[in-house]
Amino acid sequence: MRFFRTMLMAAGVLATVAAAPVSAQQIRIGLSAEPTAMDPHFHNLTPNNGALSHIFERLVETDPKNRLIPGLAESWRTIDDNTWEFKLRKNVKWHDGTPFTADDVIFTFERAPNVPNSPASFASAVKGKTIKKIDDHTIHITTPAPHPLMPNDMSSLLIISKKHGEGAKTEDYNSGKATIGTGPYKFVAFVPGDRIELVRNEDYWGEKPQWEKVILKPIKSGPARVAALLAGDVDLIEDAPTADIARLKNDPNVEVSQTVSRRVIYFHMDQFREETPYITAKDGSKIKNPLLDKRVRLALSKAINRNAIVERVMEGVAIPAGQLLADGFFGVSPNVKPPAYDPEGAKKLLAEAGYPNGFKMTIHGPNGRYTNDVKILEAVAQMFTRIGVETTIEALPPAVYFNRASTGANGLPEFSFILVGWGSDTGETSSPLKTLLGTFNKETGFGAANRGRYSNPELDKLIAQALATVDDAKRQDVLAKAVELAMEDVGLIPTHYQINTWASKKGLKYEARADEYTLAMSLKKN
Amino acid sequence: MTAFILRRLMQSVGVVAVMSLIVFFGVHIVGDPVYLLINPQADQEDIEAAIRALGLDRPIWEQYWHFLTGALQGDLGRSFVFGEPALKLILDRMPATLELAIAALLMAIIFGIPLGLYAGLKPQSWVSKTIMAGSILGFSLPTFWVGIMLIMVFAVMLGWLPSTGRGPTATFLGITSSLFTLEGWRYVLLPATNLALLKISLVVRLTRAGTREAIHQDYIRFARAKGLPTHRVIGVHLLKNILIPVVTVLGLEFGNLVAFSVVTETIFAWPGMGRLLISSIQSLDRPVIVAYLIIIVLMFIIINLVVDILYSLLDPRVRLGEKSA
Amino acid sequence: MSVTEAPAAIAEKNDASAVETPLRRFVSAYCESKLAVGAALFLLVLILLAAFAPLIAPQNPYDLAQVDVLDSRLPPGEVGFSGMTYWLGSDGAGRDLLSAMLYGLRISLSVGFLSGLIAMAIGAAIGLIAAYVGGRVDSLIMRIVDLQLSFPAILVALMLIAVLGKGVDKIIIALVTVQWAYYARTVRGSALVESQKEYVEAARCLGLSHVRILFRHILPNCLPPLIVVATVQAAHAIALEATLSFLGVGLPQTEPSLGLLISNGFEYVLSGKYWISTFPGIALLVTIVTINLVGDQLRDVLNPRLAR
Repeated sequence: MRFFRTMLMAAGVLATVAAAPVSAQQIRIGLSAEPTAMDPHFHNLTPNNGALSHIFERLVETDPKNRLIPGLAESWRTIDDNTWEFKLRKNVKWHDGTPFTADDVIFTFERAPNVPNSPASFASAVKGKTIKKIDDHTIHITTPAPHPLMPNDMSSLLIISKKHGEGAKTEDYNSGKATIGTGPYKFVAFVPGDRIELVRNEDYWGEKPQWEKVILKPIKSGPARVAALLAGDVDLIEDAPTADIARLKNDPNVEVSQTVSRRVIYFHMDQFREETPYITAKDGSKIKNPLLDKRVRLALSKAINRNAIVERVMEGVAIPAGQLLADGFFGVSPNVKPPAYDPEGAKKLLAEAGYPNGFKMTIHGPNGRYTNDVKILEAVAQMFTRIGVETTIEALPPAVYFNRASTGANGLPEFSFILVGWGSDTGETSSPLKTLLGTFNKETGFGAANRGRYSNPELDKLIAQALATVDDAKRQDVLAKAVELAMEDVGLIPTHYQINTWASKKGLKYEARADEYTLAMSLKKN
Repeated sequence: MTAFILRRLMQSVGVVAVMSLIVFFGVHIVGDPVYLLINPQADQEDIEAAIRALGLDRPIWEQYWHFLTGALQGDLGRSFVFGEPALKLILDRMPATLELAIAALLMAIIFGIPLGLYAGLKPQSWVSKTIMAGSILGFSLPTFWVGIMLIMVFAVMLGWLPSTGRGPTATFLGITSSLFTLEGWRYVLLPATNLALLKISLVVRLTRAGTREAIHQDYIRFARAKGLPTHRVIGVHLLKNILIPVVTVLGLEFGNLVAFSVVTETIFAWPGMGRLLISSIQSLDRPVIVAYLIIIVLMFIIINLVVDILYSLLDPRVRLGEKSA
Repeated sequence: MSVTEAPAAIAEKNDASAVETPLRRFVSAYCESKLAVGAALFLLVLILLAAFAPLIAPQNPYDLAQVDVLDSRLPPGEVGFSGMTYWLGSDGAGRDLLSAMLYGLRISLSVGFLSGLIAMAIGAAIGLIAAYVGGRVDSLIMRIVDLQLSFPAILVALMLIAVLGKGVDKIIIALVTVQWAYYARTVRGSALVESQKEYVEAARCLGLSHVRILFRHILPNCLPPLIVVATVQAAHAIALEATLSFLGVGLPQTEPSLGLLISNGFEYVLSGKYWISTFPGIALLVTIVTINLVGDQLRDVLNPRLAR
């Protein structure tokens, strides 16, 4: 034992000597979810994409407010209706010193959709696109039809090295063998469930980050994450729980930074069945699906006291929502405001629609998927009950909930009225419009997550038009019109936009990001 | 003896097969992981591609057959979530969990048996009553709540111990563990305490119950009458007899510690296999769940086997094997 | 139940004096400890509180028309928007904590007792049979026990929810499924030892039926470890239910048990809103301590081998 302790101390001394000049430059970050792999194309999921953004980069990056900025491509433009040209940076080197060229981008396009066993691949980012190398630092990407979202698509795809990526499996990225990127940090170690270690890339082409060593530690439990920050075991935490934010803001040793996220919390309503399984008359007898009537949908929307949800349930860490993305994002309509809380008006509308005494309804939601999801359900159920719609809630484990909500009734969505959250990866409204409100259709790819099966041909037309309009100003107008139409028709009921919150030690400031990524590069000394 | 062990091992093959069947179809009933794992922006085509990539488009019987043929060659399948072999994922995380379980079990024995003995020998003293009342506290409160309280008091308020995670590891005799470093013990202390509280209570109560019963038995009276010193009476005759239920329960509890320290590992962000299990169940990662439970059932079979053998050593009246009724 | 039969067994064996009925003896033995008497009375109070919760509670916490999210997270003693005074404060959904705790006690007690009793009955019977019959039956039963012990409660609960939905009855099923194996394992261990002893041999020679030997002779002698496990497991069942709720596979959120109230309060532990988890925590603690004090005394009284 004594021998052992001496050895340990010796090792400790050695480590201190080696680490002495940098020890103050190390930063430890508490993550709320565990990245599942170090393969940038294995799993298209926020925790993975965020962690891997330290090592790998994209052609187009997004700034904290979700605007597109140059990444590995220094510029891009359309050269004809169907072709985009990307000019690549010339001074970029991979971590092993080999220069970055168009071949790497082309290789990335080949590998991204073909990662074996991938549960959520990047196929959609490269689908329908033909890539062509013009010279070492110029590429052309062609689509069969005009594709205005090309830069947005490119802002999701991390570029990998051809030299190291050829034949590389997910395991090779996890072990670090193939984890050679161009980003501001180099891969050191990935210990699943425990930590990811990174070290600064001293030859980085861009602005050098302040921290020499970064450790990302997943701490799933919210209070435990806060405790780790308060105890000084981590320097920054993401996704601070709403219950603790007031306390953290008052703590002189903690700094809090916040920004509105691109995630909206909303309700989908069964709009495709004449009789819906979770709505009955008050005496339990079957009735025609009242949600088919726009007046009923509007009444329910008016019955929701959004300010109460924001203030009492979300503890102020949210913004009342009236559409699919908050103000400031591309494609929102300045004319659509959150519906005012109006229980009397709601009752009147219900009476007009033929339900003066209301009806009985069970609403469903996941427990533990979105911030305070169950409490939101409870609050909304209380509000509906007050206008005469006797509401009970059933909160299910996400594993059960999403299956049943998507395909629970013989391949069709099972529930009548469900709570869902949706983060727009592209940061603009065409994606929620297309996926949540477009008519469900396998051929067009519309309505994939339209669990209410809302369908409005006029809206579909507007969405399709927007998706083919390359001119930004024109597309903004069409999208705004589509949003107005969908919200006027109450295709779904939005309640609030989440606010992303980071908390850091005093003296450090995190630049809050709309995309929920936690990046060591965005953490600066005050 | 050998025949007994062999027969037991033969039976365990059946148990493992039944287990895999139950879990495979049980998880299938709950649902597919695709809607949980897929990026929400995916369209119908992407969703179908993901279902195909995970092999979930084929009939369940075919999937099970595929799993069985793989399992017979030692391949328990690949995780849907991590893309790595399920067995590797579990084995990678096993040392962290084992060290936590060992630390907790040590605590349970070190504190539980002496306290239980004392409370059993002097049932009327106030110390004993305090021990018994205290032992009730150990299992009254849910683990998650005690865990966060421990963190709050010892990490946040007092700042004595780290709040989360596993400490640095060292390798000794070919085993890599954080128990071999002082810093590592600082990390293991809080989660191990959280796990041990319930076990200490259990050991205290079992030991006390056994002791109270045994001191009235003839052999103890006889031993005392023979003039044997008290420590020998307690240390040899008494302990030997009360250890049977304690060993049974501790064996199972050790299995439980290894298999299901789910909540503690979650709250203390301990990189062990309990957390892997809970996240796999939550994301319906069937290959990992199946592989995990196969390993666990094997472990329980071995623990029970060891317990049974210990029985026969501790109490010669128990005969191993299949006795005639 | 087998528990109340035990004194009868003693009486039979010891050929007790005819003046004392077993019941009277049991009562007087139990009353030897004042603490235990107090605990029994308090347990009765708790049961009454739980039974008459709807009459006592200021609010029906299950009725969403009475609960208002505007009154959520109020500290103890505060008067809410609705004009109601929240003596113990309100929780995150705006439920009156006092009312929620009374109703929660009801659920926790029924979950704990029912699942404990059912699991014990099943487990003890199976364990006894395994030990007494032996041979293949024993092997088969014990392998099923191995299987069951390796099966995590959360997976059982998740499967039940997927098939049957959420509810108190489903949680009880899940808890019984998880717990019977513990009883079976414990009882078998003791019964193996007992069935080798002379008195069982003697009983066999007398030609007593197997059932009689099992339940009248062997079972009472296996009781001490069984009751230890039972009191621990009943309390554990209540805590396990809380843990399952914490993991999201427990009771429905709108009808919280004490455990679910604590688990809901978990997120407020660091926020300074201590009452949301502390009060239900204290209530749960008191309940479980009471059950155990009663259980401890019962064990001492019922144990045929403890000479008093």
